[in-house]
Amino acid sequence: MNTDTHAAGAHDHHHDDGHAHSTFSGYMLGFVLSVVLTAIPFWLVMSGTLPSKQITALVIMAFAIVQIVVHMIYFLHMSPKSENGWTMMALIFTIVMVVIALSGSLWVMNHLNSNMMPMHEMTGMK
Amino acid sequence: MSPDLLKLIFGRLGIESLPLHEPIVVGTFVMVALGGATLLAGLTYFRLWGYLWREWFTTVDHKRIGIMYMILGIVMLLRGFADALMMRGQQMLAFGGSEGYLNAHHYDQVFTAHGVIMIFFVAMPLVTGLMNYVVPLQIGARDVSFPFLNNFSFWMTVGGAVLVMASLFIGEFARTGWLAYPPLSNIGYSPDVGVDYYIWALQVAGVGTTLSGINLICTIVKLRCPGMTMMKMPVFTWTSLCTNILIVASFPVLTVVLALLSLDRYVGTNFFTNDFGGSPMMYVNLIWIWGHPEVYILVLPAFGIFSEVTSTFSGKRLFGYTSMVYATVVITILSYLVWLHHFFTMGSGASVNSFFGITTMIISIPTGAKMFNWLFTMYRGRIRYELPMMWTIAFMLTFVLGGMTGVLLAVPPADFVLHNSLFLIAHFHNVIIGGVVFGAFAGINYWFPKAFGFKLDVFWGKLSFWFWVVGFYLAFMPLYVLGLMGVTRRLRVFDDPSLQIWFVIAAIGAFLVFLGILSMLMQFAVSFLKREQLKDVTGDPWDARTLEWATSSPPPDYNFAFTPVVHDNDAWWDMKRRGYQRPLTGFKPIHMPSSTGTGIILAGFATAMGFGLIWYIWWLAAASFIAMLVVGIGHTFNYHRDFDIPADDVIRTEDARTKLLAGAK
Repeated sequence: MNTDTHAAGAHDHHHDDGHAHSTFSGYMLGFVLSVVLTAIPFWLVMSGTLPSKQITALVIMAFAIVQIVVHMIYFLHMSPKSENGWTMMALIFTIVMVVIALSGSLWVMNHLNSNMMPMHEMTGMK
Repeated sequence: MSPDLLKLIFGRLGIESLPLHEPIVVGTFVMVALGGATLLAGLTYFRLWGYLWREWFTTVDHKRIGIMYMILGIVMLLRGFADALMMRGQQMLAFGGSEGYLNAHHYDQVFTAHGVIMIFFVAMPLVTGLMNYVVPLQIGARDVSFPFLNNFSFWMTVGGAVLVMASLFIGEFARTGWLAYPPLSNIGYSPDVGVDYYIWALQVAGVGTTLSGINLICTIVKLRCPGMTMMKMPVFTWTSLCTNILIVASFPVLTVVLALLSLDRYVGTNFFTNDFGGSPMMYVNLIWIWGHPEVYILVLPAFGIFSEVTSTFSGKRLFGYTSMVYATVVITILSYLVWLHHFFTMGSGASVNSFFGITTMIISIPTGAKMFNWLFTMYRGRIRYELPMMWTIAFMLTFVLGGMTGVLLAVPPADFVLHNSLFLIAHFHNVIIGGVVFGAFAGINYWFPKAFGFKLDVFWGKLSFWFWVVGFYLAFMPLYVLGLMGVTRRLRVFDDPSLQIWFVIAAIGAFLVFLGILSMLMQFAVSFLKREQLKDVTGDPWDARTLEWATSSPPPDYNFAFTPVVHDNDAWWDMKRRGYQRPLTGFKPIHMPSSTGTGIILAGFATAMGFGLIWYIWWLAAASFIAMLVVGIGHTFNYHRDFDIPADDVIRTEDARTKLLAGAK
């Protein structure tokens, strides 16, 4: 790219700040962690170690969340500082949006279900 | 040929799919065919195809793409408004036993098409077009972050519009209302192609919208010129940023909910059916999680336009810049917390309804703050009542009225009385026309001289303004009255003759708006003919304040010969005050992205795939899908993605401008 001009598409005056440059060992660590975090839930389900299915499901969900974090750190190279903090801000915004949409939908649909569905059971269900 | 073979080739498309039994549609088709043939013949006769293909269809220049978005929006406005006139005519006539002139089958398609077209293919292209044109100029960039993606996004939007238009003459459109609620939109109650047209038009266009949102966010975050910190960005750029964040966060929800609906329709799943555990209420819930942010997607850029216009034509810095930015951000977040107010009456309990009622009312606070900021900007300003400012004043009056009826509807008990009535129709037209449409017109009048180098004609502009404003009030105030009297929306015939007078008034209003649209087209034509008189060579015809006015009108391909450096919110105003001199020497080659036809080809295949899926022409859908993959992968081997504008060309362009500026003084 021509160094004196700032062309569209190749415009990179922010290029060097805040990128977490990854290393081979970083990728390997991430890979091992994600394999372990996948293997444990499989083992939990297949061996049935935990007393109830509900607890198993909750534990698996916890592992899934840790798995997401591992991917974000080791594969997507996200850190509070990357891209001048924009990735962190985008992440927080995304989490807020997802939490609003999911919890709101659960709340609303729970209401609608208990208020409206009895009528439905009488007429619609066979 | 055997019926099986015909079915294999044409799916469910047959000669009976053409609406030959509908004289209105046949008449329209003849008109459109004649007009289209004339246009195509003209283009061929004047040998414009090569020019259009090279300079417009394949361009990656954000300015040209922006202009094409505006043209798409205006063309589709004509179609959407024709639907509006048909509805007003029908409701005016269908009294005292008269059936009007539209049968139910046709009328239901008309009101659905009107809503879909006006939101997705008029308001969205107008807003996206203005953002596309103005944002890179306002932040001192050469183009958007991903110029090819921008071209592709535009053509996907066009693809969606083409599918909607095709439904007019090949088959039919949905008869479900603009959000296609199941179970009505499910296969059992809508077995024909209408809902499939709806789904695939929105899916194709939705890809374009989402990608353009990502593109503009990236542009604003990454390509700002040196010195332009976030809190020095022009307000229009701020509102564009928030709008595009809303697009990226909400359009996937629409994509998913329509995908689930298509699974219900195509492979017999039961997400939204009445039986087998499906819940149509979930569709309503999900589509409004997209739908409410959507209205803020439309209106936030309009707020940005009004901020720029008010500050420019009051000759003052915008009052309360910081509060304006925070109000925008707060609206962005809050717009996600109110979706249930669209279905208060569906059966949620008091706690849910009061939560969403209160969050809805809270949105009026940042919006009110904005209103006061504009008023205080005007206060003791030297206001020039040019056309953009007139639209802004009309907006302020109209939008406050629409906002107040909105707060009224946000009260759940009031909503139980007014929901689904013409009061609601009046309310949302009041905010969408008063906010988005007036905003787009203010923007068009404001930035037209930047885009084309001459101002728009004032006489026809004023005529259009007054027709629109008076027509709007005549058309929608009667609907408030009718809604309060309990008249519901989407009715085709009426029994009570005492209601007729209100519908007659509304129809007169719609006709005045029609004259307003004609005047606007006239304004464009007259301005083009008088372009020498209306010419602006300074590049800054309004004595404006932001960076886009620092370059020539129309701007050169590269926007700015040297990337500007910003020290103040009103960057250009600051430069003018400090006696900025244009650099006249030292030009260097400028690195720019190359045009490519891939975007239009990909979008063409996507549209063909949509058409195949609508009509169950599986071979066409599969072939188009594979073609898309091939072209998409093929494009990654295209190494002619950029070029340098030679320094000599830059010098020639800039010298020409120097001469023009010298001549102007």
